[in-house]
Amino acid sequence: MEHIVIIGNGISGVTVARHVRKLSDKKITIVSTETDYFFSRTALMYVYMGHMKFEHTQPYENWFWKKNRIDLVKGYVTQVDHPHKKLLLQDGREIAYDKLVVATGSKPSKFGWPGQDLLGVQGMYSKQDLDQLEANAPNNLSCKRAVIVGGGLIGIELAEMLRSRDIPVTFLVRENSFWDGVLPGGESQMINEHILEHHIDLRLGANLGEILADENGRARAVVVQETGEEIPCDMVGLTAGVSPNIDFLRDSGIELGRGVKVNRYLETNIEDIYAIGDCAEQHTAIGNRRPIEAVWYTGRMMGEALAQTLCGKKREYRPGHWFNSAKFLDIEYQTYGWVFSERGMKENERHFHWRHAKEKICITVAFDTANNQFLGINTFGIRMRHRCFDRWLTEKRSVDHVMEHLRDANFDPEFYAQYEAEIVAKFNSELGRDITPRKKSWKRIFTTA
Amino acid sequence: MKAIKNTGLVIFLVGLAIFTALPVIGTFKVERASFGQMAEEQGFAKSELFVQAMQNSVVGKEFEGMPALSPLVTTALETANSQYRKNKEYKKIIYTKPNDMALLIGKKSGNGFIVHNKGLMWFLTFGLGIVGALMFILPNVVLLGKKGIKNNGIYLENSTNRGWIAWLVFFFLVAFYVVLYFAPQYAVNWTYLVDPISESLSGNPAGHWFVYGFMYCVVMTVMAVRMYIKYRHNVYQVVRTTSVLFFQIVFAFLIPEIMVRLQMPYYDFKNAFPLDYDFFFQWNLRELTNSGGIGLFILVWGIVLTLVIVPVMVYFFGKRWYCSWVCGCGGLAETLGDPYRQHSSKSLFSWKVERWLIHGVLVFAVAMTLMTLYSFFSETGTVLGLKTSGVQNTYSTMIGAVFAGVIGTGFYPIFGNRVWCRFGCPLAAYLGFVQRFKSRFRITTNGGQCISCGNCSTYCEQGIDVRAYAQKGENIIRSSCVGCGICSAVCPRGVLKLENGPLEGRINPTEVLLGNDVDLMEMVNKK
Repeated sequence: MEHIVIIGNGISGVTVARHVRKLSDKKITIVSTETDYFFSRTALMYVYMGHMKFEHTQPYENWFWKKNRIDLVKGYVTQVDHPHKKLLLQDGREIAYDKLVVATGSKPSKFGWPGQDLLGVQGMYSKQDLDQLEANAPNNLSCKRAVIVGGGLIGIELAEMLRSRDIPVTFLVRENSFWDGVLPGGESQMINEHILEHHIDLRLGANLGEILADENGRARAVVVQETGEEIPCDMVGLTAGVSPNIDFLRDSGIELGRGVKVNRYLETNIEDIYAIGDCAEQHTAIGNRRPIEAVWYTGRMMGEALAQTLCGKKREYRPGHWFNSAKFLDIEYQTYGWVFSERGMKENERHFHWRHAKEKICITVAFDTANNQFLGINTFGIRMRHRCFDRWLTEKRSVDHVMEHLRDANFDPEFYAQYEAEIVAKFNSELGRDITPRKKSWKRIFTTA
Repeated sequence: MKAIKNTGLVIFLVGLAIFTALPVIGTFKVERASFGQMAEEQGFAKSELFVQAMQNSVVGKEFEGMPALSPLVTTALETANSQYRKNKEYKKIIYTKPNDMALLIGKKSGNGFIVHNKGLMWFLTFGLGIVGALMFILPNVVLLGKKGIKNNGIYLENSTNRGWIAWLVFFFLVAFYVVLYFAPQYAVNWTYLVDPISESLSGNPAGHWFVYGFMYCVVMTVMAVRMYIKYRHNVYQVVRTTSVLFFQIVFAFLIPEIMVRLQMPYYDFKNAFPLDYDFFFQWNLRELTNSGGIGLFILVWGIVLTLVIVPVMVYFFGKRWYCSWVCGCGGLAETLGDPYRQHSSKSLFSWKVERWLIHGVLVFAVAMTLMTLYSFFSETGTVLGLKTSGVQNTYSTMIGAVFAGVIGTGFYPIFGNRVWCRFGCPLAAYLGFVQRFKSRFRITTNGGQCISCGNCSTYCEQGIDVRAYAQKGENIIRSSCVGCGICSAVCPRGVLKLENGPLEGRINPTEVLLGNDVDLMEMVNKK
């Protein structure tokens, strides 16, 4: 029986295991050092905030693995011996494989800041990070202030976590507006305002100079590079992005870039070794996507595609239209298709932006000025239906078509105020159109492309 | 703000403490004249032994607290009855239960501070409770900050994480329901508090069920205020909470009382069979058929409600129209029970237990009703060797009182707020069949946006593992879903939406989720 060994029990590794089990009877082993069972990394923040217990982050009950004959090995892989097709574990164990899947995910990036390895300095990525945070910042008596470095999605989540325990937070963001390398200006500005509403000390255009230690080697303050200001603190969160967790493969003979280099079939340069998820790097990027996609759902999709390949139905990893979501404190964000920030905007890309007069709600629609084609949408505080946008993108619909049928795509809970009329009115006046938004139609929603 | 909250908590606890002390305090004196009158009116004069015993040991004496009086009454009654049974003087046996007799006599003999200061006592219990609770809840408008999901600290706090406070509340609620159902004589002081309200509504002094009904409305109203504050960003929750509150106060509480004043039968128009399990009991059918036009109307309404209105509404809107918009049990669960919704077990084992139990209760309810109807029309007391009244009593005690009451609400703080609705309610089981097999209702999963965080599953009061469906891109079609909408509310990524749509495509098993290569999806999903 063929033995498939997966390193990493995150969403990518577990998805490939589940799908291989659905499709075949192969022996499956998952090796991980982080936790005994698969958990949802995205939910760690809710454990600290007291919304959930750690056990709630586990999507499958503990009996699931045995029942589905997925062997779980807790151990740290130190070496991949591909000529002999075996793995060496830190504790001396060896595991022989027929096919190997590397799904080791990411680790928080550090950029050689002075003091980055002091006590009380940490990232927020793994279960171990969560446990460490519980030790570093249990409450606002022992942690009188926390400084977060890096204005991305993990940074704002860490800020939200700490604020849930009333810990004062200073948030150093390198950019001049939050996440403005990704978000268009209007949206980025709205999130800036929202961060301040949550009493987070937001410092834009501020880089970390160094982290100062006390006599016990614990972080005691952070120095801002630009101003030299010293901010006393008891905990420092480093959240300036993540990078592939592949140090153990350095001398394995597997081709590495920033991540494990793979082709469209998620194959590495070594036969029978594959890489998926956050740690995989495409030789050439797919469409507008990045070569390394550290996103929950892409890990899942790579797992789905690779399982087909492993079971004899060779399939490319071909993600469809880009989509994503996040939550900035109280504001939900969804995106479908591509809306670039002013910095990354394509030549013919034009934006239509609408923002609610009082509430923190806005949308940005991107379209091509040459042919009027709809390119993508960012929505804040309004939920949208994935299905509709996926179809409109496939059908290459015009922005007018999207505006006309915007009500089909609304996914807010029942009885919520609807803003389509207001949005389309602004669109009409700004672009000199005469579009009347149509009533929601179940028939249209459910027709497949 | 914090100070207001803490003061409120103290005031609430004082009110609660006085309320809790009431069953064991107070002065009772059974006057000779009123005892004689009671004996005549209630027809227990026939039991000479009982009357004799009462006159010797009770009548004319003063008692401090119900625990002093009650045992004398119950023992006297039991002794008298057993003597008559021995002598085969069956006509002299009193069939009123001993505890009810103690309540009856207690109610007529209250004599002291409590009875003479009903208004003041109401204020010291209900009044302080309401004022204190509101002082505790209202500052949240400010303290909770910006609108949004407010679940911070739920699992860090003793009261909502099965700590000792939760266990204390558990024991308190269980004890309260035990008194209510099995030892109502100890509720007699509570009835005095609400006598003026009862008299203004129905014209009669309050019984212990009136206390319960009134308290139910008060608790729901106060906790609804909490819901409004907590979920003020979610219009669905606000509208739904208003709806359950309206149906509780108007349909379950006010209308039945007013009907009594108008010499009509006491009836809750929204309480559908088989949740209303005694609708077809002989005494009820007798009362309805003897009540002229309105009785007949209620009889027809009750049948149409169960056979037509309930399933048709479930077809269009799902079970939620009843369970989380109208029902009283659901109403309490969604207001008082909201802080405990996360405690429902999500394990597969619980789901198996749930299916056996709830469908078992449904079968029990239907079988009992068929027996009852057979007995009613054929005028026999036994069916297939089983005593109909025995089966009815078993159901009333085990299901009606223990399951729906003591367990249903008492278990909130430990096992979640929908224990009865999930494991026991026969109406929910019936609605569930319709919802599962023929309904436009579903919770739509938004393509591939789910990140498996598990907020939805954690906060599902019905113990549905919502995430198991959402992360596969499947819509949630489950018979047990009551459509409370909290999964959709707590989802950080906008993945879930409760909606009513066409039947086609409602159930959508998917192998590969939306977003992953269109050809692959079609290939795998069609295969």
